[in-house]
Amino acid sequence: MSSTAIEINSKRGVWGGGNEPLKASYGKLMMWFFLLSDIFTFGAFLITYGAIRMSYPSYEGTSAEFVSSNEYWPIPEMIFDALPFVHGVHFPLVFVGLMTFILITSSVTMVLAVEAGHRYDKSDVVKWLLWTLLGGITFLSCQAWEWSHFIHGTDGGTILEYVNTLNRVVSETVFGANLVVNEYGPAAFAQLFFVITGFHGFHVTLGVVLLFLAFYQAAVGVYEQRGHYEMVEKIGLYWHFVDLVWVFVFTFFYLI
Amino acid sequence: MEQDHKNGLEVIPKDPAKIKKIWMTALILLLITAFEFVLAFTMPRGILLYALFIILTVVKAYYIMMEFMHLGEEAKPLFYSIIVPVIFLVWLVIALMKEGSEIFVTRW
Repeated sequence: MSSTAIEINSKRGVWGGGNEPLKASYGKLMMWFFLLSDIFTFGAFLITYGAIRMSYPSYEGTSAEFVSSNEYWPIPEMIFDALPFVHGVHFPLVFVGLMTFILITSSVTMVLAVEAGHRYDKSDVVKWLLWTLLGGITFLSCQAWEWSHFIHGTDGGTILEYVNTLNRVVSETVFGANLVVNEYGPAAFAQLFFVITGFHGFHVTLGVVLLFLAFYQAAVGVYEQRGHYEMVEKIGLYWHFVDLVWVFVFTFFYLI
Repeated sequence: MEQDHKNGLEVIPKDPAKIKKIWMTALILLLITAFEFVLAFTMPRGILLYALFIILTVVKAYYIMMEFMHLGEEAKPLFYSIIVPVIFLVWLVIALMKEGSEIFVTRW
């Protein structure tokens, strides 16, 4: 008898409100759905990249004798081969590999900060957030160098025939890259590079700002006063998302 | 009294197994990335290589979402409302790469 009554009560409870079907706090839920919408944005970029990339001819031949041209899509390892402080030496994909390593490592220190937050360990949260912050700033600095190098180009440049901004077909030596022409490949190559890595870099910048906020508030004890470290967890979700996007950007841009 | 309790949150001691798991996940991610580098320099370019890159990327995404973002520990409705759109999106990327190569055939 009594067990039946309890069952009815629990069923009434479902319709009586106050349930949490997703069992997550408001802030965390909104962060997840914001990230989903952001995944759509980056998904659109990657779809555009994939479709345009495959609609261009690939370079036929070995990478050793690769020459840039706007007739075909370049081989990424022959384009992204520069390192700071060593000029004119061929280091294929080394710098971007370093950037990937930095971002993955900063993602790891972020998980450690979230884990410390679960344990209410203020000093550990502050320590790991600081490492994450340093990782983010280092990544941004690397990207700034990468962009600067990409825009200024190589010593030799490439002789290209293209339609300039005045709608005239010109044939000249092109150095570096802009949105109209670039020495590496078709105009779409540099355009996609600027838009996709730029939008990702913008997300990293926002992430660094948020991380600084979390670092400051954790250090002065705001979260300890509040009684929980959920803000660290939410910013952590965002930071991992930035890392997740980089994993895809890395594959599509620097490998395919 | 209430204020005292709020000011001094008790620190729970570390669980070494949990922290070890985080570092193991990081190691897996770095090893997969290193493996992608090896593939980029040893394999000829083509559909097979691109397929391998996409599969390895999805594996990395799985580890980041499950281990770092703890998506697996969320309630099932939340889990599926995030993961199902993402799976469709990965499919759309692959589908439009195929579409792009069809454009290539007709354009050149």
